[in-house]
Amino acid sequence: MTWDVAVNLAIQGGQMLVVLLLAPLLTGFVRKVKARLLRRQGPPVLQPYRDLLRLLRKEVVLADSASWVFRVAPYLIFAATWVAAALVPTFGLGLTFSWSADLIVIAGLLGSARFFLALAGLDVGTSFGGIGSSREVMIASLAEPALIIVVFTLALIAGSTQLSTIAGVMESGAVGLRVSLLLALVALIIVAIAENGRIPVDNPATHLELTMVHEAMVLEYSGRHLALIELAAFLKLLLYVSVIACVFAPWGLARPDAAPAALGIGLGAYVGKLAVAGFLLALFETSIAKMRVFRVPVFLGAALMLALLGTLLMFVTRVR
Amino acid sequence: MRRAGRTSPSARSLALVRVAMPALFLAGVAGFLVLGILGLALARHAGGRPVVYGASAALSAILCLVAAYDLIAAVGPSHELVLPLGLPWIGAHFRIDALSAAFLVVVNLGAGAASLFGLGDGRHEEAPERVLPFYPLFLAGMNLVVLAADAFTFLFAWELMSLASWALVLAHHRAAGNVRAGYVYLMMAGFGTLMLVLAFGLLAGHAGTYEFGMMRVSAPGALVAGAVLGLALLGAGSKAGLVPLHVWLPLAHPAAPSHVSALMSGVMTKVAVYGFVRIVFDLLGPPDWWWSMVVLALGGITAVLGVLYALMQHDLKRLLAYHTVENIGIIFAGLGLALAFKANAMPAAAALALTGALFHVLNHMLFKSLLFFGSGAVLSATGERDMERLGGLIGAMPLTAFAFLAGSLAISALPPLNGFVSEWLIFQAILLSPALPQWGLKLMVPAIGAMLALSAALAAACFVKAFGVTFLGRGRSGAAGRAREADRFSLAAMLALVGLCVLCGILPGFVIDALAPVAQPLVGGHMPAQAGIQWLSIVPVEESRSSYNGLLVFLFIAVAAWLSAVAVHRWASRAVRRGPAWDCGFPDASPATEYTAGSFAQPIRRVFGTLVFRARESVDMPAPGDMRPARFEVQLRDLIWELVYVPISDAVGAIATRLNFVQFLTIQRYLALVFVSLVGLLVALAVAP
Repeated sequence: MTWDVAVNLAIQGGQMLVVLLLAPLLTGFVRKVKARLLRRQGPPVLQPYRDLLRLLRKEVVLADSASWVFRVAPYLIFAATWVAAALVPTFGLGLTFSWSADLIVIAGLLGSARFFLALAGLDVGTSFGGIGSSREVMIASLAEPALIIVVFTLALIAGSTQLSTIAGVMESGAVGLRVSLLLALVALIIVAIAENGRIPVDNPATHLELTMVHEAMVLEYSGRHLALIELAAFLKLLLYVSVIACVFAPWGLARPDAAPAALGIGLGAYVGKLAVAGFLLALFETSIAKMRVFRVPVFLGAALMLALLGTLLMFVTRVR
Repeated sequence: MRRAGRTSPSARSLALVRVAMPALFLAGVAGFLVLGILGLALARHAGGRPVVYGASAALSAILCLVAAYDLIAAVGPSHELVLPLGLPWIGAHFRIDALSAAFLVVVNLGAGAASLFGLGDGRHEEAPERVLPFYPLFLAGMNLVVLAADAFTFLFAWELMSLASWALVLAHHRAAGNVRAGYVYLMMAGFGTLMLVLAFGLLAGHAGTYEFGMMRVSAPGALVAGAVLGLALLGAGSKAGLVPLHVWLPLAHPAAPSHVSALMSGVMTKVAVYGFVRIVFDLLGPPDWWWSMVVLALGGITAVLGVLYALMQHDLKRLLAYHTVENIGIIFAGLGLALAFKANAMPAAAALALTGALFHVLNHMLFKSLLFFGSGAVLSATGERDMERLGGLIGAMPLTAFAFLAGSLAISALPPLNGFVSEWLIFQAILLSPALPQWGLKLMVPAIGAMLALSAALAAACFVKAFGVTFLGRGRSGAAGRAREADRFSLAAMLALVGLCVLCGILPGFVIDALAPVAQPLVGGHMPAQAGIQWLSIVPVEESRSSYNGLLVFLFIAVAAWLSAVAVHRWASRAVRRGPAWDCGFPDASPATEYTAGSFAQPIRRVFGTLVFRARESVDMPAPGDMRPARFEVQLRDLIWELVYVPISDAVGAIATRLNFVQFLTIQRYLALVFVSLVGLLVALAVAP
């Protein structure tokens, strides 16, 4: 019994480190693939780590009008995102603290992080921060309900909002193919693209004021603050990939009472899933153009409607 | 599950408590009435404010503690106290059961905090003689509504509450718009009470039993019960602010002094919710399933429209008032779900939905009072409610800003604060609803879930705007630059509510357990006991289904943030340099270039406003070389006002003009008129069954 607890604690701790260590790698990989698809050499895959270390060592330049909210926000954003990412099963299901938060809470934690990020954008009092914040909350006001409704669909299929339970049910193969699942998957991918500020919603590589959302909010950040915010953004991308992977591709996830070998398999499978997801994301981003800001609501509205359709189908077809 | 055994007052002392409880609260109400008279006497005296607010705060605190004891010790329904007041053959009945006790906690907690805030902030009051006499009267009215156990006393207390608050709305009657606000409020309050009179009339039936105890046992027919539901929705809903009856809230709530705004928004709307729950869940008997469709639809529409209206506001207090509309929508959505489950004999699910709704009642009282206090402190410090003229207040008012930030996080339903917990419970209840047999509900509930999720996300957007534009950035006017931190009583009231918001967020199990005896008699079940669960998690149905631990989430975030801060400062860098913000090559940008409340809301206005408000933007750009300023105008239309209220008021005006000649008749014609109407009424009585 105590052995199980110790193993699960180790898995939980390992999970926190794994997500933290893998997050920059995923972003570096996506950047590299994108560059190669454009026939560019591209920065090394490990470049995000170097960027983070360089930023962490630099001094912080604070605007004169910045308040304590501006200085506290990076730590809170990072902490909320990290906690959320630590509660999503990546390589194993036996997370000790997975019962402390379900999928709705994870969505809420991301909401908390975004709340502080949007406030930080407004704090300095320049137009750039304001434009970023106001667009970010507009995008979130559509993406968040879509996410919650996707959670409804998954919860109705698995009979639980706990992500570990959902992943377990999915892995057991008892669910089979469902139209609702397909709709939920499409909606979740659209939400993930919007929430992570990827093309076609936002361009993570640009600093052109007409198109940017996330980069506009963090324009005033520098040094260690910027490093934490970047790391939080990497973690968020990893989190969404992990959620999609553990629900829709739960193969290889180690059981709660797994042997070390199974954990190794789980880790290998997870890295493989990340690579596939990163490649697909890069391919998608390369093959599509950024859309105008006011086309984004249509894009996200589609996600909202698909998710709602999926949930409605569940409500209509299921008595449980 | 009564936990009486654990707190174990002996049976005899419990019986004594049951007898004494109503008398205790009536003594409290009498105390408020005495304070009202004192307020009248001391209105122009310097000591009036401390005496009235200090005593009100103390009295409310005592009543709140007693009610909390009643609830937690599960004293059970008290004996009915009958006073020979009011109508001679009825008397005035007072009784406290778990439902009243829960709402007495909410009312008196809010009243205590508002009194504490008034103790400090009241010094800025220009016309104390218009506030001090009515303020304790208002508190007495709200307490009496919850205590009443017969229709007459209930309606009398309801009117006392309405009129006292109306007088407080008109405290600053010279300010622009306040007289109109008072007029609209009076109209809506009169309408609401009329509907409640009719509802109680139908409940009383032919026998004319006005006591709640008698109404409870007599079961009205399906048609009458449906009519009572409709009347209760109109009567209590107009006081609570259900769309489309919400129009008076954003006018009247901001017009009152700030601590009264907090009471009206945070507490009086909850008394209205109490009225609805009392009539529909308690007095009306077993519900029909279609009732829940009506309540759910109204709740969902109210939640979304309330927050959309709020997003369009740039008056801070009016924004908060519209947010009350949104939260009332959430509460009624929870109540609608509870009705649906109750009608289908699913007590556990009904208890979950009802507990979620009642938890949200408590939560909304906490954070809405807190936010109104914050806006009141800003108003006192700067003289401004218009967010477009505020900004950068976090420097001058750090503690107020902190409190407002905590309230904003709580109302935006963000974990680990309290607003999240109640919305989470309601979401969990929604996830139980595929088991409902009716197709209408199966199709409707997911849509309601989507609307609640949408309103939560929009609320977060709205409070980024409210906090960000008011407290962050640079000051947009001189008034914002001259601000000073609020006084210590106001700060104490705000920080106490911050503490309660955090506590209810991280230890929700205790609140859920306290609400168990409330749900039991109303829906025939209660949520599983939460106190014994490991690590103080909450488990609404069963652990495999869902669980949430606010305490752990809070600790995880705190520890992760602290660890990362320590690690970064220890091993990386701690150097800080101050410099000017990036100005894109245009130095000395004036604060006028900052994002304003209007510009912040523009993307959302484009997305939702064209449909809901028929929003139109027009740009008047002068030709190159022309020196006149460019103009940008936004036109928003309040369709509910235009489509519902304007036609009614026009019709009333037209009929009044037509009937104007009746004022100028001779005496013979008047007598003939009276005679004809008398005969008509008698005929109607004779024909009616």
